[in-house]
Amino acid sequence: MKRSSTRLRTQSRTARRPSQPAEARAANPHAAAQASAFIVRKAKRGDVAAVTALDERITGLAKSEHWLELYDRQKKAGQPAGIFLVAIGAEAPDQLLGFIVGEIRAWEFGSAPCGWVYALSVDPQSRQLGVGEALLEAMAGEFRDAGVAKMRTMVTRDNLLPMLFFRGEGMMAGPYVQLEKDLH
Amino acid sequence: MKLQIASRLAIFAVLELTEHADRQMTVADIAAKYGVSTHHLAKVMHVLGRAGLVRSARGAGGGYQFCGNARRTTLLDVIEFFEPLGPGDGDGGEPGNGTSEAGALDVVLGEINDAVRATFGSITIETMRRLVERERRAPPAA
Ligand SMILES: CC(C)(COP(=O)(O)OP(=O)(O)OC[C@H]1O[C@@H](n2cnc3c(N)ncnc32)[C@H](O)[C@@H]1OP(=O)(O)O)[C@@H](O)C(=O)NCCC(=O)NCCS
Repeated sequence: MKRSSTRLRTQSRTARRPSQPAEARAANPHAAAQASAFIVRKAKRGDVAAVTALDERITGLAKSEHWLELYDRQKKAGQPAGIFLVAIGAEAPDQLLGFIVGEIRAWEFGSAPCGWVYALSVDPQSRQLGVGEALLEAMAGEFRDAGVAKMRTMVTRDNLLPMLFFRGEGMMAGPYVQLEKDLH
Repeated sequence: MKLQIASRLAIFAVLELTEHADRQMTVADIAAKYGVSTHHLAKVMHVLGRAGLVRSARGAGGGYQFCGNARRTTLLDVIEFFEPLGPGDGDGGEPGNGTSEAGALDVVLGEINDAVRATFGSITIETMRRLVERERRAPPAA
């Protein structure tokens, strides 16, 4: 595997793409008031509090230790093993719009090195503006730079939104089926 | 897995209408491309029309237009009127119903059914269009 530079192309994007359907805009009036552009960059330790708060708002579970531990573990391992990116308002750098966490894992289940996306969240008030897509594209770029040719994620079947999103981004079912068992 | 012919036609028709959004396609145009009877396709279009997914244009050469949002309409939205997707037919008429064996079989069929619904329910017409483009670019099978 090619060693990656730890450089992250800080991406600056305008929030509204021309393809944006009109009703998406209408359905999200707050979004229009949000920063007109956003930046995707590597997460800093100081971002973790906002990540925790956003995750708690979406999942209803506070996991501050989890996110801090994850950040510190990734930092120690260094890129490209762990990748933690955030999207922030271009004009409001303390405003977290979303985050994505990924990791390159090798020979898991016999699979050649691949990039796993295992967390992705966009602030409900900043959705359908291309933030999720920009985060996923930035992650894909990091994986590619690290010489990885495949990106994977896992979604729940009964929550269609993430699946609609990932499929819209060109992802399809892979060769694995997830199995599980109750242990009590 | 096989779909009902009406479901296939419904998907093909919606794909044609979204690809040629600039002009109205007639039932005859679409039927000719897919080698099906205009009669069968007309019935499918009628159902899609009632569901508010397509609109027929009056007047000479009156064709059809897609009137949903291709980025938000899923394959499930298009085929659910034609396809018996779902946990059995609920009438209790399946042989063996009520036995543990049938219960076990229902668990297996439920797993398959969940995957089928999630797949059709998460692929939009827009995503499907991209898959069509990918097929067009793919080298023909040897
Ligand atoms: C899934 C999620 C990350 C998408 O973020 P987003 O910034 O709103 O997504 P984008 O604006 O970049 O949308 C990209 C594409 O995804 C699809 N998409 C996004 N929201 C959608 C919706 N509500 N319905 C249908 N498709 C949708 C579309 O294809 C969209 O492209 P389009 O707007 O050109 O049609 C966001 O909704 C989210 O955080 N959801 C809750 C958390 C979650 O479930 N995370 C994933 C599991 S780890």
